[in-house]
Amino acid sequence: MNYIDSSLKVVGTRPIRPDGVDKVTGRAVFAADTRASGMLWGKMLRSPHAHARIVSIDTTKAEALKGVFGVVTAADFPDIPSEEAFVGEGPMNFRDLALNCMARTKVLYEGHALAAVAASTQAIADEALALIDVKYEILPHVIDVEAAMAPNAPILHDDMFTSGVDPKPTKPSNIAKVVTFRKGDVEAGFKDADVIVEGTYTTQPVHQAYIEPHACLATYSPDGQVQIHSSSQGHFMVRAYTAKLLGMNMSNIRVNPAEIGGGFGGKTLVYLEPIAVALSKKSGRTVKMQMTREDVFKASGPTSGAWMEVKIGAKKDGTIVAAKQVLKYQAGAFAGSPIGPGCMCGFAMYDLPNVDVVGYDVVSNRPKVAAYRAPGAPITSFAVESLMDELAIKLGIDALTLREKNAAKNGTKTHYGPTHQNIGFTAVLAAVKSHPHWKSPVKPGQGRGLATGFWFNIGGESTAQVHVNEDGSVTAATGSPDIGGSRASIGMMVAEVLGVPATSVRTIVADTASIGFTHVTGGSRVTFATGMAATQAAEKIVEDLKKRAAQTWDIPVEAVEWKDGKAYPAGSNAGAFEPLDLATLALKAARTGGPLIAEVSINAQGAGPGFGAHICDVTVDKETGHVTIERYTAVQDVGKAIHPSYVEGQIQGGAAQGIGWALNEEYIYNAKGQMENAGFLDYRVPVASDVPMIEAVLVEVPNPRHPFGARGVGEVPIVPPMAAIANAIRSATGLRMPDLPMSPPKVRAAFDAQA
Amino acid sequence: MAKSYVSATINGESSEFLCETQQTLLDVLRDVVGLTGSKEGCASGDCGACSVIMDGRLVCSCLVLGVEAEGTSITTIEGIATGEKLHPVQQKFLEHAALQCGFCTPGLIVATKALLDENPNPTETEARYWLAGNLCRCTGYDKVIRAVMDAAAELRGETVG
Amino acid sequence: MSSLSYAAPTSVDDAVKLLAGSSGLAKVLSGGTDLLVQLRSGRVKPELIVDTKKIPGIIGIREENGGFVIGAGTPGAVVEAHAGLTAAWPGLVEALDLIGSTQIQGRCSLAGNLCNGSPAADSVPALFAANAIAVVVGSKGRREIPVEQIPTGPGRTSLAKDEFILEFKLPPRPARSSDAYLRFIPRTEMDIAVVGCGVSLTLDAKGVCTAARVALGAVAPTVIMVPAAAAALIGHTLDADTLAKLDAAAQAAAKPISDKRGTIEYRTKIAGVLARRTAAIAFDRAAGIKNGKAH
Repeated sequence: MNYIDSSLKVVGTRPIRPDGVDKVTGRAVFAADTRASGMLWGKMLRSPHAHARIVSIDTTKAEALKGVFGVVTAADFPDIPSEEAFVGEGPMNFRDLALNCMARTKVLYEGHALAAVAASTQAIADEALALIDVKYEILPHVIDVEAAMAPNAPILHDDMFTSGVDPKPTKPSNIAKVVTFRKGDVEAGFKDADVIVEGTYTTQPVHQAYIEPHACLATYSPDGQVQIHSSSQGHFMVRAYTAKLLGMNMSNIRVNPAEIGGGFGGKTLVYLEPIAVALSKKSGRTVKMQMTREDVFKASGPTSGAWMEVKIGAKKDGTIVAAKQVLKYQAGAFAGSPIGPGCMCGFAMYDLPNVDVVGYDVVSNRPKVAAYRAPGAPITSFAVESLMDELAIKLGIDALTLREKNAAKNGTKTHYGPTHQNIGFTAVLAAVKSHPHWKSPVKPGQGRGLATGFWFNIGGESTAQVHVNEDGSVTAATGSPDIGGSRASIGMMVAEVLGVPATSVRTIVADTASIGFTHVTGGSRVTFATGMAATQAAEKIVEDLKKRAAQTWDIPVEAVEWKDGKAYPAGSNAGAFEPLDLATLALKAARTGGPLIAEVSINAQGAGPGFGAHICDVTVDKETGHVTIERYTAVQDVGKAIHPSYVEGQIQGGAAQGIGWALNEEYIYNAKGQMENAGFLDYRVPVASDVPMIEAVLVEVPNPRHPFGARGVGEVPIVPPMAAIANAIRSATGLRMPDLPMSPPKVRAAFDAQA
Repeated sequence: MAKSYVSATINGESSEFLCETQQTLLDVLRDVVGLTGSKEGCASGDCGACSVIMDGRLVCSCLVLGVEAEGTSITTIEGIATGEKLHPVQQKFLEHAALQCGFCTPGLIVATKALLDENPNPTETEARYWLAGNLCRCTGYDKVIRAVMDAAAELRGETVG
Repeated sequence: MSSLSYAAPTSVDDAVKLLAGSSGLAKVLSGGTDLLVQLRSGRVKPELIVDTKKIPGIIGIREENGGFVIGAGTPGAVVEAHAGLTAAWPGLVEALDLIGSTQIQGRCSLAGNLCNGSPAADSVPALFAANAIAVVVGSKGRREIPVEQIPTGPGRTSLAKDEFILEFKLPPRPARSSDAYLRFIPRTEMDIAVVGCGVSLTLDAKGVCTAARVALGAVAPTVIMVPAAAAALIGHTLDADTLAKLDAAAQAAAKPISDKRGTIEYRTKIAGVLARRTAAIAFDRAAGIKNGKAH
């Protein structure tokens, strides 16, 4: 059923989230909050070197230490073959993941795990780690993407031969693959152009920087049954990876989803769980592991840094006739940067006849990248949207007008294949145009920037159950970890279908043994896909309720209608019966066929892509290079805001992360390839006083493939900020800042160079 | 190693515990006393997720030794509500959707309570600087600040409905 | 494993005895905002922690002989709340107030900030500029030394093993005197200073500077005094020429390193910028022109 044009009572309102009280009182149980009797503390030994061969690991002294109950190294895990996995967000290789969790022959970055201990206290575990004797043969390392691509660069993987080039190379390389997307004839397009602009841009790796470090609690029983409590964006993902890395059956592993303290894509793979299980197996005790903040920075996340070249050609009237991009994304120690989406997203906002995009996926001695909010898109968009600003300046056309002129519309064929359908980009641009922020004059001394962004959004596999309890209250269970309020949005959709208040529905996240398979919370898919499953489950309940009312009244089911939480006879011909509400029907459930329960498992298709446009005003201190964000407005097509507060929250949070990415966040390495700023003191995420209020403007162009018209909203908002800020700095100062972060020393240096 | 005996008042109740010198107040609260509402996000005083009020002052419990708690009075997130009644700060965080993942929320609520105890009528800028030591990666702080300002107004008796 | 003991003596003598009697490394615990981070990371491995906060007088502020005496362990939040001190030494108070977050302010102290030995410590340039005297106690008794003589290098001080600071003395202020402190950080809060600058000065009735002290942080192994910058101010009003000379003097004195917080080139330029801006605030304050806090 489709409710897009229906008048809605619950969807679109702002009730208090079902898990809210637990989270404001400290009761919510996150992974590190769990304990078990006889619990041990597991800790990881991590490489101090950026690149080294492991000559030997001697754990005998650590094992002999009083209070140590188990030590594991790669020798305790199956040496699994290369195999593509589609478990988390984006493709992954099981072998790479195994080697990332526990190095076998080489350590590939500072922080790479190579042994772990379980001990009765954290202090003893630390002491045991210090007793593990590792002999390393230090190898030359390479950090930056271009250096890693150089002919004489140190090679990380002897068995990595660049794919996507013809003929197949015979020498190993740090370039894992080359991807190409072409549409039309780009060179002919440039010949036809009146104006051509070009630019080279770089971005630095940035960490998701969720405040909760990774943590888990694992118990291996002598019968081979495993229980895991962990914080992740997908407990089925944890189960799948843990089973594979340990060579176990999935049915023997039950993963309980703890509350998750932020992920942003960074918790769509495992680091600790297989190790904790192995330690538990060895020690016979429950093992708890948690990362330190330093571990989080050095050994998990971040997303790629990149080197990019962009060229755009246009007619005098602003019509773009050719666009070209070369993208080099660093993947960290293993292949798998988001180069694919990077190649697709940069130009996806525009209707372009001729496009040529080439992307490189490049390994170097850094932590393996993980998904981060619209993986790949913010990087490429920083380059494209910065250059679009230059094009507007060169053409003497307003930045918004240039985008309106070239905006993708329904029917626009993208350079990567699909044709845009039911998209809201022009509606977003119209909302910018009419917004008071855009219409207001730029304040003296300030500059204003505009940038846009795109993300596909995904659907995928989800399971939801709806239970009508004996008293008529409702429980909705799904397999989607709630990372930012999805219990609320799912419960609201169920409540809407059932015709009950939002407060009648309690939404829970069920463990891997209690609900059907559900893909990770990522790709902005939960409200879309899991919401769709929950809506369908609620509809099945309604059908069942109508049947039971029909049975009670002894009339055909077609003669019963369900509205406002009650069964009514459909018209006078059906008979004159008092309506039956949910509580009454629930009470009679035993006599009308048993429990009122519905479960729906789907592979949701039709996630509508999302577009956004951000307006940003800045002031720039010319002497210090400090940039202040004075005003920020984020406009986005959200399809339908189920719970508008949490939709706004996604947009505001994404914008703030983008502000950090733009201005200060970066990985700083020393000459030895060691990260120098692995803490919140010097990895500078925005603090409350760094940002203004962020106005989120919700444009609602319904997605017809979702029952309520919803489309994913969580990722688009991190795409435009970097270019929006760069363009605002350009507007304020005349300086084009092509390298992220646009930190004070860089801005000051740009002023000095300008003078 | 000998542990120290410490007696403190935690959330209005007298509490006694044994701890090792290197254990922080956060370690003690979470692992010894069993109050896990205070979170460890960094263990270096940079994120504020472990914020507690100690003898009337807002502190990071990760930067206080457990032994230093002797004789002090400590309020953690578990002590902010009165029985079943939420504190106005907690209520406003809920109403304004000022949390997403909820991990930084206990620290933010404790820090906000400390702010409003000291300054019942903060400006937005004062609230932002006061809370600069409480990192939130989800919300962009917008709704947090709105909740803080609304809670302040309510505590001053200025809000209607 | 090494054992770590803790003591919270209630007298100076007991504290000194504990420090003197420790066979291994003993650390003085004041607010702990640096020490606990170092303990957790394993950077320091003491065998004894001596918590000095229970020593009478070590927390609190009093007026004495026309000046102020600040207990060495007084938390930033207490200092900031002291109206008299804030009126007389706004720069020193704001410098201390800039250390870390509100949470850090609940604990951090002048003595801790000074004895941690960081060249980037926010309160130290202001203490130097203020010509503050540290009252040091130890086995050999009590001595009063200028704060400039305490730090000797990154993480190092001139204090003996059994010594600690009991309190700081700030001299009486002549009329038309004030001070200011500014630091530059990439964010608006929570960062370590890329450069810090403290200026304390006195004006005559015409607004001409008659006395000045200028200190810079994070541009050398310790916080440094910059006499040439002070000389650029003395005998002048704050005109463009004075500002240019002050800027040049600050840049010339800056001998920073490049690290994760800033480069040599950037820090040197910022030293000049901050010297000008800080002096301007101090001039305004000394002349009785009100202005806001540094942030």
